[in-house]
Amino acid sequence: MRVENPQSQYIRSCGTGADLAAGSRAHEVTSNQPVVCEFDNTWYSYGGGEPAVESVSFQIQKGDFAAILGPNGSGKTTLLRLALGLLKQSRGSVELFGEPSGRFRDWSRVGYVPQRLEGLGTRFPATVEEIVEQGLYQGFDPLSMFRRRGRKKVYDALEIAGISDLRQRPIESLSVGQRQRALIARAIVGDPDLLCLDEPVSGVDAVGRDRFHELISSLNSEYGMTVFLISHDIGAVMQGASVCACINRTVVFHGPPHSITGDHLSELYGFPVDVLLHDALHEHR
Amino acid sequence: MPEVFEFEFMRRALIGGSMVAVLAPAFGLFIVLRRLSLIADTLSHVALMGVAIGFVTSIYPTFVALIATTSSAAAIEQLRSRGRLPGDAALAVFLYASLAIAVIVISKSSGFNADVFGYLFGSVLSIDDPDLFLIAGLLVVVILFVIAFFAELTQSAFDQDLAHTSGVRVTATNLALAILTGATVTASMQVVGVLMVGALIVIPALAALRLARGFRTALILSISFGLLSVWIGLIVAFYGDIAAGGSIVLTTVAMLILAESIRRIRDRIEPKRASKSTAI
Repeated sequence: MRVENPQSQYIRSCGTGADLAAGSRAHEVTSNQPVVCEFDNTWYSYGGGEPAVESVSFQIQKGDFAAILGPNGSGKTTLLRLALGLLKQSRGSVELFGEPSGRFRDWSRVGYVPQRLEGLGTRFPATVEEIVEQGLYQGFDPLSMFRRRGRKKVYDALEIAGISDLRQRPIESLSVGQRQRALIARAIVGDPDLLCLDEPVSGVDAVGRDRFHELISSLNSEYGMTVFLISHDIGAVMQGASVCACINRTVVFHGPPHSITGDHLSELYGFPVDVLLHDALHEHR
Repeated sequence: MPEVFEFEFMRRALIGGSMVAVLAPAFGLFIVLRRLSLIADTLSHVALMGVAIGFVTSIYPTFVALIATTSSAAAIEQLRSRGRLPGDAALAVFLYASLAIAVIVISKSSGFNADVFGYLFGSVLSIDDPDLFLIAGLLVVVILFVIAFFAELTQSAFDQDLAHTSGVRVTATNLALAILTGATVTASMQVVGVLMVGALIVIPALAALRLARGFRTALILSISFGLLSVWIGLIVAFYGDIAAGGSIVLTTVAMLILAESIRRIRDRIEPKRASKSTAI
């Protein structure tokens, strides 16, 4: 499935230093929107050791395509897990839709795609369709064993994710990319307001990565889902995201992706980095 | 009527064994998928400690074992979920501590070694009414639990983080699963004995996972393999005059081999599904 994302085209076309202000406008468009996720002076350390996350403060607003960039071990995944209430911050606060993430209960508003599954490698007995159906869980139902709910929604989610033909396949028989698409379908089947993805394309080949990023962009631009993407793929983030936070335990940069400079990236990765904008190169030729 | 059904003790063994054959593999499926197979072995040693204490204190040993296994299962789950100890380390601590207590209690009390022997290797042929009532009660609880919490159990087995972000109360589900696993171990030890109880819980589930493509099918197959193992194992033990526990466990292994063979044949017969049809 290929869906044109007007926003990503816009950012690509204005991806030169001269048009950074336009890039900022792309972010400002959403600046008056309600806050979906907010970190306020958030700290976290594993086992009481060195902080994995230090004094992080930023917001993700409704409609944002927010990308969190950073090197390995920079605390990106920790931030996402804090937002989802899977970890509890040591200090500060983390809110999801205005509620402390640890007490958040309205999970139908959130879709989550993890980097990898716990059960990966085990022979998990479920078809793609059954896994996607799990995303429609709406609380305790003593007769859930005998019900198959939301079949139309499941088929729609599979179609959006581009894997309708894999519906009856066992989940464990899929390739990494196919499995990630199945997890996307599971995440969006309940039509969530916020889609959280933790490096969803790790282990996927280059072509697959591009298609995957197109899919995520379309979920943001066409279906209005706020996206919270953890990634280390700077190129993809520059093309698709409307706002970016560069993290290396603390926030190095927060703003529109095209405001990121070489200095920001040097600070982020700890070595000198030059930024080459491909659109600019084409223009100069 | 076949000779095997003419004896009261065999009829009791078949009834008790059949109930356990439903109980143990039903839970085994969730335990295997969560990679917690060792919990059955650990809790069986805890059950042995309970039995030994029961003999010493003259309290119904199965009841003491039930209390010991369920409370230990809850403690293990708490230690694991709070990250106080890695899951396998918590299991190891409980296994060796309870085994040590059992050894000390048994060594100090010389009068009941023969009875303990029955718990170690199974005594399905000597199941009495209280045992049958206990197993039947557990069977009802477990069936209701699995049916009522099927969605929560399958979500937690697939991925705990995904289950949490779907709204499943993962901690409570895990705790209930652990406690009922403890109870299942206690019920199953009557049939195959403490030393082999893990086999009846884990191996039918493994066999089912070789064949099943859906979760409901896996659950039905797991229970079916458990029932077949107990029935065939008991009949072979009766006519071959061998230990029933060992016979049942070896039949579960035969079921696993059978399931793997069927799977391989099926994979050869079925045309390979095209995996290139999708974008990625």
